[in-house]
Amino acid sequence: MSLRVSMLAATAVAAVTVGGASAETTITIATVNNGDMIRMQGLADEFTAANPDIKLEWVTLEENVLRQRVTQDIATKGGQFDVMTIGTYEVPIWGKQGWLVPLNDLPPAWDADDLLPAIRGGLTVDGDLYAAPFYGESSMVMYRTDLMEQAGLEMPQAPSWEFIGQAAEAMTDKENEIYGICLRGKAGWGENIALLTAMANSFGARWFDENWQPELNGPEWTQAVTYYMDLMNNYGPPGASTNGFNENLSLFQQGKCGMWIDATVAASFVTNPEESTVADKVGFALAPDNGLGKRGNWLWAWSLAIPAGSDATDAAKTFVAWATSKEYTALVAENEGWANVPPGTRISLYENADYLAAAPFAEMTLASINAADPTAPSIKPVPYTGVQFVAIPEFAGMATEVGQEISAALAGQQSVQDALDKAQAIATDEMEASGY
Amino acid sequence: MATQHSRSAARLMMAPAVVLLLGWMLIPLTMTLLFSFKKYLPLRGGDLGWVGFDNYVRFVTSSAFWPSVLTTLIIVSGVLIITVVFGILLAILLDQPMWGQGIVRILVIAPFFVMPTVSALVWKNMFMDPVNGLLAHLWGAFGAQPVEWLSQASVPSIVMIVSWQWLPFATLILLTAIQSLDSEQMEAAEMDGAPILSRFWYIVLPHLGRATTVVILIQTIFLLSIFAEIFVTTQGSFGTRTLTYLIYQRVLESQNIGLGSAGGVYAIILANIVAIFLMRIVGKNLDG
Amino acid sequence: MSRSVTTQRKIINTTAAWAVGLLIFFPILWTILTSFKTEAQAISDPPVFLFFDWTLENYTEVQERSDYMRFLWNSVIIAGGSTLLGIIVAIPAAWSMAFVPSKRTKDILLWMLSTKMLPAVGVLYPIYLIFINMGLLDSKIGLVVVLMLTNLPIIVWMLYTYFREIPGEILEAARMDGASLKEEILYILTPMAIPGIASTVLLNIILAWNEAFWTLNLTAANAAPLTAFIASYSSPEGLFYAKLSAASTMAIAPILILGWFSQKQLVRGLTFGAVK
Repeated sequence: MSLRVSMLAATAVAAVTVGGASAETTITIATVNNGDMIRMQGLADEFTAANPDIKLEWVTLEENVLRQRVTQDIATKGGQFDVMTIGTYEVPIWGKQGWLVPLNDLPPAWDADDLLPAIRGGLTVDGDLYAAPFYGESSMVMYRTDLMEQAGLEMPQAPSWEFIGQAAEAMTDKENEIYGICLRGKAGWGENIALLTAMANSFGARWFDENWQPELNGPEWTQAVTYYMDLMNNYGPPGASTNGFNENLSLFQQGKCGMWIDATVAASFVTNPEESTVADKVGFALAPDNGLGKRGNWLWAWSLAIPAGSDATDAAKTFVAWATSKEYTALVAENEGWANVPPGTRISLYENADYLAAAPFAEMTLASINAADPTAPSIKPVPYTGVQFVAIPEFAGMATEVGQEISAALAGQQSVQDALDKAQAIATDEMEASGY
Repeated sequence: MATQHSRSAARLMMAPAVVLLLGWMLIPLTMTLLFSFKKYLPLRGGDLGWVGFDNYVRFVTSSAFWPSVLTTLIIVSGVLIITVVFGILLAILLDQPMWGQGIVRILVIAPFFVMPTVSALVWKNMFMDPVNGLLAHLWGAFGAQPVEWLSQASVPSIVMIVSWQWLPFATLILLTAIQSLDSEQMEAAEMDGAPILSRFWYIVLPHLGRATTVVILIQTIFLLSIFAEIFVTTQGSFGTRTLTYLIYQRVLESQNIGLGSAGGVYAIILANIVAIFLMRIVGKNLDG
Repeated sequence: MSRSVTTQRKIINTTAAWAVGLLIFFPILWTILTSFKTEAQAISDPPVFLFFDWTLENYTEVQERSDYMRFLWNSVIIAGGSTLLGIIVAIPAAWSMAFVPSKRTKDILLWMLSTKMLPAVGVLYPIYLIFINMGLLDSKIGLVVVLMLTNLPIIVWMLYTYFREIPGEILEAARMDGASLKEEILYILTPMAIPGIASTVLLNIILAWNEAFWTLNLTAANAAPLTAFIASYSSPEGLFYAKLSAASTMAIAPILILGWFSQKQLVRGLTFGAVK
């Protein structure tokens, strides 16, 4: 203990020497290397200009590495970070543990009531808001209008899985490297399992029954995964079992996908003429359903949270409030154009005429976010919350392993039934290990 | 010879290294052992009490355990075989008189300087990607269906990436050994009309025994714990989950410290079995 | 008669060796080339080899996003510091093993090597807790110590094999002349072992530079070396081959250059007692 105190004292001395007389506070921000966060890092000079007493240190990491780092740090109370970029999966779990600083007291101008209710609900535990949403997303269908026309089909606003199958078949032209459908195949709870869980919801499947018994090799899951396999094997790109969000984005931007069902944030990338070769030929539709009354769209918000051990809570709050404010949105709009502002968090954004004019995907994004219900993700009752995940600490680990089994099936290394039987065993085992 | 005085001095000089390593080994090991007998779930409140051998039983009975041991052994031995065989051939080639020997040697050892993370990223994206990878273009140029390296040939792909990184190391050590080969002996054999193959078989190979042993020993130590290459490329999918990776999944992805620690203890046991096995061979070869 | 080689044979050797050398080096070359392309050229089909519009924009962009010099400096300190510290601890140990061997010398040596086989990920949690308690997280000194410990067995072993080749009679003679132990090590042994020490230092700098588990997991902002730098470029959204290549080139260039300049030194010393 005394060693730690003396280390702290030494750090304090060092900070004073470096920072001169002014009491400068340094906050360390851990964030993902996604486009919106990198933009935030670029614009942060504005923040430091307005708050000269706060110094920002960025730790920008690839998603998997970031998640491993922040989870490790918060679970051991390492205190390495003052602001962490986490998602709607972590927030309820960590909030319940008391590991995050409640953000109920952000300044009134921040306007918590302006947050989209679905997003706000996902970040609130027992009435306390534990993270501020940076951008929110659901999933939807992105498709090539030109290829759809060529195929003689018209995409409905709210397609069914059956239609997606037909369209995929009609659009596929393997000679010219055009694949009817691109879906996530890369293993991971945030990769193929996000898509498949949301998809399975629309087939009436659920991860656990009311008594926390896994149902992964039940008829609904089997049906959903089988349909997914058929789509991918017949109309998907080669190597689909290693494609995640980024790989599919790049394929779509190169014009190699007819349809792509993925995060709504991708819309601004695929319609950006600087990055995308098909920018002016993209249409949007709601995620498909299977006639059961649930759509396969998920809900996610990358959010900024402050770990309870932070020694710069006030400065961190100032930063979080800035980065998730309406002013920040306006700042991005001013510098990068309205189409590039972080979407999916605020009602006011979807009432802003400039944004609606610049973002053809805005309406569909909002409709998708509003259509997702984390408290009742499937048709049957569930004991958990979360659409494309189950908000329990064990989920990330087991879902990644389940994802690997399905990925292996997609690569043709085992049958769907084998994969799901193994998945069931993995989930059962993991639940037993944590004492359900 | 060594006096009593120098013996105690020797002990004293050895002490820092031994004490440091002992501490480095024992402190984490003790904690790992302690955790392995506990139900320890940081995301559920931390230490949830003693559970005896539960974690050990659970780790070893999980369906992932034996395949992961097998994968570990396949990857380690695959890389060893490739690096030793190609290392010997390459060393012989580099030992031949030629123009620009220095530059060729630089080209050959370069992969050894590349970070494992970087080499895995480069191989995964720029070479093995089934759509944009260079190998896919190459296959396509010959009208063949591109190979989905990291899913359809996952273990061989990883063996290849790792071999690429370690081939320079093997080549260098073997090359030094070949250069020390008595050239008069070779010439005599050549004069006697011994064909190339038998010269290689009866003179070169036996001479390389010791160097090969060293290569195997050092590489095994590093290969048993390869992590970055798998983390970057397949994340343990498609049968590439090694024991190290399985432990990573338990400790970091599932945040089950007790279970992961039990896995760590198994990994230590496996490492020691391999070590004892190696020491037997090495011990014999390194004597004298 | 010295080995006379026909020109024809030399041509064949040269061609074969260059072909193999270029093949092995190609992934690095390709990465460097790609780093000068635009993102679109980086994935063009068919691939372009040399004839594209060379651009530096990837480097500018990477530099804008992360402070390369800081990561580089951390790498230098961590790799250099851990090697230096390791050498200081290892020289006396290797000396005593080589010149005053006992029955247990080889056992100790092999035991040291076996500590390297502990899976790092299995002890991450304990080490992390220890680091928190000692306030060492995200500090260069913490990483210097950890990397020194992980590489110490290799350093000791390498030095041991060099020292063993130094004829004991020289030391005997020095001792006869009344040299103290300190003088013996400092003035006789060390100079003779310089090539071996140099090569050990080089190998360990390379190993420490490329270590990617501890350096990533025990750092945040202050002590993060180039392995953390590369982790922020590994799979961003959209097209990224060119930027990834630029970041990769920046991460490996310093050690590649050091390696090339010192390769003679490294090659001469890298024997691990393989040559008798």
